[in-house]
Amino acid sequence: MATTTVPETQPSFIDTFQRLRLGPYLFVLAVAIIDYFIIGPAQFVNGLTIGAIYALVAIGYTMVYGIIELINFAHGDVFMVGAFTSMYVLTNVLGQDGPIDEPAVLAVVLFVDFAVTMLLLGILGTAIERFAYRPLRHAPRLAPLITAIGVSFILQNVIQILFGPSPVNTPQLISPTAHVNVLGLEVGVVNIFTIVVAVSLMIALQLFVSRTRIGRAMRSTAMDRDAAQLMGVDINRTIAITFFIGSALAGAAGVVQGLYFGNIQFTLGFQAGLKAFTAAVLGGIGNITGAALGGFIIGFVEVTAGALGVFVWGQAAVFVVLILTLLFRPAGLLGQQLGERA
Amino acid sequence: MSAVAPAPAPNVGFRSRVADFSSRHRSLSVIIGMVIVATVLLIIVLLPPFNSFSGQAVWMDGFTIAGIFVLLALGLNIVVGMSGLLDLGYAAFFAIGAYTYAFAASSFTHIDVPFWPMILIGAGIAAIFGILLGAPTLRLRGDYLAIVTLGFGEIVPIAIENSSKYTEGPNGIGGISPPSILGTPFPTTGNPWPFYITMLLLIIVSMIVIYRLQDSRLGRAWAAIREDELAAAANGVNTIVTKLLAFALGASTAGLAGVFIAAKLQTVTPNLFRFDVSFTVLAMVVLGGMGNVWGVAVGAFVIFMIQSVFLKQLNLFFDNVQIPIISDINFLDYQFLLYGIALVAMMLLRPEGLFPSRRRSRELHSDEDQAFGELGDELGASPE
Repeated sequence: MATTTVPETQPSFIDTFQRLRLGPYLFVLAVAIIDYFIIGPAQFVNGLTIGAIYALVAIGYTMVYGIIELINFAHGDVFMVGAFTSMYVLTNVLGQDGPIDEPAVLAVVLFVDFAVTMLLLGILGTAIERFAYRPLRHAPRLAPLITAIGVSFILQNVIQILFGPSPVNTPQLISPTAHVNVLGLEVGVVNIFTIVVAVSLMIALQLFVSRTRIGRAMRSTAMDRDAAQLMGVDINRTIAITFFIGSALAGAAGVVQGLYFGNIQFTLGFQAGLKAFTAAVLGGIGNITGAALGGFIIGFVEVTAGALGVFVWGQAAVFVVLILTLLFRPAGLLGQQLGERA
Repeated sequence: MSAVAPAPAPNVGFRSRVADFSSRHRSLSVIIGMVIVATVLLIIVLLPPFNSFSGQAVWMDGFTIAGIFVLLALGLNIVVGMSGLLDLGYAAFFAIGAYTYAFAASSFTHIDVPFWPMILIGAGIAAIFGILLGAPTLRLRGDYLAIVTLGFGEIVPIAIENSSKYTEGPNGIGGISPPSILGTPFPTTGNPWPFYITMLLLIIVSMIVIYRLQDSRLGRAWAAIREDELAAAANGVNTIVTKLLAFALGASTAGLAGVFIAAKLQTVTPNLFRFDVSFTVLAMVVLGGMGNVWGVAVGAFVIFMIQSVFLKQLNLFFDNVQIPIISDINFLDYQFLLYGIALVAMMLLRPEGLFPSRRRSRELHSDEDQAFGELGDELGASPE
């Protein structure tokens, strides 16, 4: 018995399962399936749509947190500004006020709207980072959190002054009554559009982060800022790009919010921000896929609360989800276990 | 530390005598200071231009309400300023205190517990909620606390509004009994003195307690956690218990303020406790100077007066002078814009606030070597 050899055993089913790390995905799938039977197909599609919007906003939270460990409180309001920018672009620049029937025109108008809104919002996000967060990068953690709250106030109040305190109607370019038949189920075109836009943006983002040079710079900065800097990564540029992308995605979410709901208000960002943040925590903050999964779960939670006739408690339900996550799985569904860092 | 500070010069000037006195007899100086402030305020409002705005009784009522915000800011200062935990749902504890008194002494429940014990009970119940909320979250990183408290601050008014059966929903609970002394209830209109004096006493007691806490072992543990949690834990500070205590004590101050506002207004509605209250109080603490008890109190008073008197007067003024564009502006609409700009500017330019606590401002400018030396001196020299 001079040498001990590790006995070759067939990896058990449980081992394989654990290695694939499918647990979180199966959990989300299970939630979705159970929810499908509770609330029925129509509400299920609704939940997916709202979830897609939350997922887009949550990605912005998670990216910023991943790279500079800041809860960007202003992010919900950036989303709200996105909704208003889209409304302004559609009504005042492109002169639209209702559904467009011609597919080609619709495609062009939507493309211009998305492009302009995402670009402007990206610039807004970068500007916020430049003026409110960058000077405080080495300050105590409380300082940038407080400027974030300040920025949130400023954005809300500016929009309130510009567009008034009451809800504003936005043109619903895709007729809310248009339906198509998917697998024997009547599904609104706007729902499909929202989900497709959100999922393709997420896939594009995932590819961007995992395949490009800038994406690699972002990942390395998130992992260890100093080391990344020593390896020649331009930290300031990388963080600015992160804010640009996160805010542009929030802008896209704002566009679909307007298209889907048809009216927007300056207070929109506060609640949406809270829910999207919950989604990011639920998915594992710092993890982009996790934020997307979390967004869909939060969408289901909210729609289920509404379908069960307790809509007013939907907000409370989301909050309970947040507390339960923090209690039982603070790292989130897909997150790595982070040590406590003060 | 090679450069030894020169021996302090003998106290000669009036200022240094006052400073010396106030550091030796803190409780006494709080009492004297607050009484002076309360008296001076009453005299000031008799002078122009303030006497033209409203009569002394109305001013005193306003000061009493301002006192509630001073209490709130003092409480939040324990959490944010002294311990460095960001609480964004502070109004929830305010609401809990107010509804506790509303349940205990109103025609709604037909119970009538006197006001004075309810001050302590309301504070205690708010503290219990603080612990319930803090226990799951304080183990985690500080930012989670911010977001959970933000959610809690949202949920409490929603919960109150939607459980109409128990709380009368959005209409709120009315007919709350005012405090009484020897069977005589406080006059709710007309004579503002009883509420004014009660508020003054509450602020004095809270300030003394907070000063004592700040100088205690617990207060130093809070400062240690705020400065470096890991180092504090390594030096034997039980971080979770310490943070929970900060959170609970902060919540209890809000509960106290809540009991008072319920008794003062004789009616509570969920709209009194929306998140804008939390953010206003946070702005007061930050602008006043996190960690500095007097600074925070002054910050709270000044901001309350700006928003309740100054902006209104500004509106009236510009309405009267008829300048085309400015007259159309309702300055109250810009309140949150001003807060926002003030918060950002303050963090960028003067993160320690207008009236900083000395230790806190040294932390925020820690790149100055001399500050390090002084900090070490102070920490090393502070008696156990």
